[in-house]
Amino acid sequence: MANTTSGGSDFTANLGRIYAIYTGGFIAFIILMAIISAMGVPNVIIGYLFVAFTITIYAVIGILSRTMQVGEYYVAGRRVPAIYNGMATGADWMSGASFVGMAGTLYLLGYDGLAFVLGWTGGYVLVAILVAPYLRKFGAYTVPDFLSARYGGNLARFIGVIVLFSCSFTYVVAQIYATGIISARFLGLDFTVAVYVGLAGILVCSMLGGMRAVTWTQVAQYIVLIIAYLIPAIWMSTVKTGIPIPQLMQGQALQGIAALEAAQGIAVGHATPFSHGGYNALNYFLLILCLMVGTASLPHVLMRYFTTPSVREARVSVAWSLLFIFLLYFTAPAYAAFAKWTMLDLVASGLTPENITEKAGWMMRWAAADNALVQICGKAAVDAAAIAAACADQGVTQIAFSNINLNPDMIVLATPEMAGMPYVISGLVAAGGLAAALSTADGLLLAIANALSHDIYYKMIDQNAPTARRLVVSRVLLVLVAIAAAYVASTKPGDILAMVSWAFSLAAAGLFPALVLGVWWKRTNSAGAVAGMIAGFGLCMYYLLGTRYGAVGFYEMWSGLSTASPEAIAKFVDLKAAVAAAAPDAQAAAMTALDKHAQTMANWWGVKNLSAAAFGLPVGFLVMIVVSLLTKAPSPAMQEFIEELRVPRGKQMMEEKAA
Amino acid sequence: MATPDRVSYWNKTRNLMFLMLGLWVFFGYIIHMFVVQLNNIVILGFPLGYYMAAQGSLIAFVVMLFWFARKQNGIDEEHGVAED
Repeated sequence: MANTTSGGSDFTANLGRIYAIYTGGFIAFIILMAIISAMGVPNVIIGYLFVAFTITIYAVIGILSRTMQVGEYYVAGRRVPAIYNGMATGADWMSGASFVGMAGTLYLLGYDGLAFVLGWTGGYVLVAILVAPYLRKFGAYTVPDFLSARYGGNLARFIGVIVLFSCSFTYVVAQIYATGIISARFLGLDFTVAVYVGLAGILVCSMLGGMRAVTWTQVAQYIVLIIAYLIPAIWMSTVKTGIPIPQLMQGQALQGIAALEAAQGIAVGHATPFSHGGYNALNYFLLILCLMVGTASLPHVLMRYFTTPSVREARVSVAWSLLFIFLLYFTAPAYAAFAKWTMLDLVASGLTPENITEKAGWMMRWAAADNALVQICGKAAVDAAAIAAACADQGVTQIAFSNINLNPDMIVLATPEMAGMPYVISGLVAAGGLAAALSTADGLLLAIANALSHDIYYKMIDQNAPTARRLVVSRVLLVLVAIAAAYVASTKPGDILAMVSWAFSLAAAGLFPALVLGVWWKRTNSAGAVAGMIAGFGLCMYYLLGTRYGAVGFYEMWSGLSTASPEAIAKFVDLKAAVAAAAPDAQAAAMTALDKHAQTMANWWGVKNLSAAAFGLPVGFLVMIVVSLLTKAPSPAMQEFIEELRVPRGKQMMEEKAA
Repeated sequence: MATPDRVSYWNKTRNLMFLMLGLWVFFGYIIHMFVVQLNNIVILGFPLGYYMAAQGSLIAFVVMLFWFARKQNGIDEEHGVAED
């Protein structure tokens, strides 16, 4: 595959064998690690070997797939068979948040966390029926390419790039953050250093070979991440129930959880709907909607379907993608249930500040890596003394389930230790988490860099740029964007899942109406599309930023729409008075308290800001339709263009002029 | 290019799209609105409402997509617009 001409067909024919050998090799590596671990090689070495081995493989694939051809760089030569594109999409899609954070969220939120499982799978139905086959027929390199062709010109393209950048950048920051957490814990690096190590791992895969390299590394990464996800779940299921099918035995785990919850007086059960973390039925369904529609609009996912050989393959490929994604997502609830069952068992065995070091030493190791990860009795559980002091403060002698506060982002990574598995499984899970985060980061970075280099530089600034220069510009931009994302990640913003969900709302509100109406409603014209994208995206952004960073002002402006209780309003008034009365040096603290409280009240009809597209999406559609109807219908040439877009047969519509 | 055959092709494609969209709404939303009632039915330890959100709807989505790819390809071939 180092061959940069058409030698790839040989490679494509042998794909099955190459990846079968690779999978066998990876399993042999795991067994080797188990053996040397049993021989007494220290854990930290095992951790290093896992990370080093997998990253080396990705790097080798990345370097072998280097290319200087535009078509290879942007769309992998459009030769990726449906099933492999499905696997690559699976890895592209399943982010650090899916791998690292989702089972943790399900652990914490029980039934209500299933909104993520549903939202992140059901969206593929929309991808297959509404968008992907038509974009493949058009033959775009990037999503803004399509917007520009359909809506006549660079204004629509430019807005598309802005939306793409806003959603992909927050998303990529979350991925790099995840690689940082994993490297910090398993390699014992400082978090900031770990972030830049992760960055190097990402660049080596994507920079030289663009989409072609990213595709083949993503397939390899999918194999690592799915093995790493299934093994601990199968392990727990076997230990707890004797049957190695976690998805099926989850039923027994749910019963076990319910019994222990009842015995320990936990009022809100794991399977009780609409009662955890503020997810009422309204927010549950709106979140599902935003995640599903966001899925069908995220550029880094859609661009994967540009790489299939035909429209027919693109459709089949969406089905394969969902199957591969499904394998992980229907395991996640089982993973969470078994982890929760294990924890409840641990607590039921009589956990006290005296015996916790012996019974759950892993908690202290995690708390030492990052103070925010494990808190017991409200304080970071760094060692036995800290736990004893914190619990004495609260008068706790017997540690209850509710006294232990685990960060959702660490549940999956810590589960092997929690369930007493050998360290080799921890190393494997770390490698899987890294694979998930790296593969998604690759796809996202490529989406951003391609939009900047292809759409902004080539299409808008220098249409005569020679191929070589376009590819150099592309790579330079890729590195710059990656470094900027790594810098933002090193400042530790927000928690992973929340940031990722923002991206979904932004993409849904900004791109979905323009993509769908562009294919399905001929009457949509440029003015309508531009106005609709601005309105939908703008409103969504306003709601996200307003409720999160300007909560006090947002609440005061829209208090009539807020669902805050009378007590909350009274508290708001008190806190506001406290800010006014505070001495200059206490001003900041009082303001922080006010802002924190205001964030719980700044909303329209109680909609959480995770579901911001609940407003942006309908407004985007409405504005697009109304403005289109008020202005002139698209030209006959454009009508013809849409007719052509709708049938699979015929040449692909956008051709690279100087290939 | 809006020949009668093209119009009929597009009508069939559109009807299939709306059918899929209907199934999507059913498995994505409607069935989960009855989670409380469904949870009273317990199969193999799973409350049924929980099961549908954790696995049932997901399985439905996967099956739907493979079926859709086949069905749409059939429509393409019937109208002679499939790729060679």
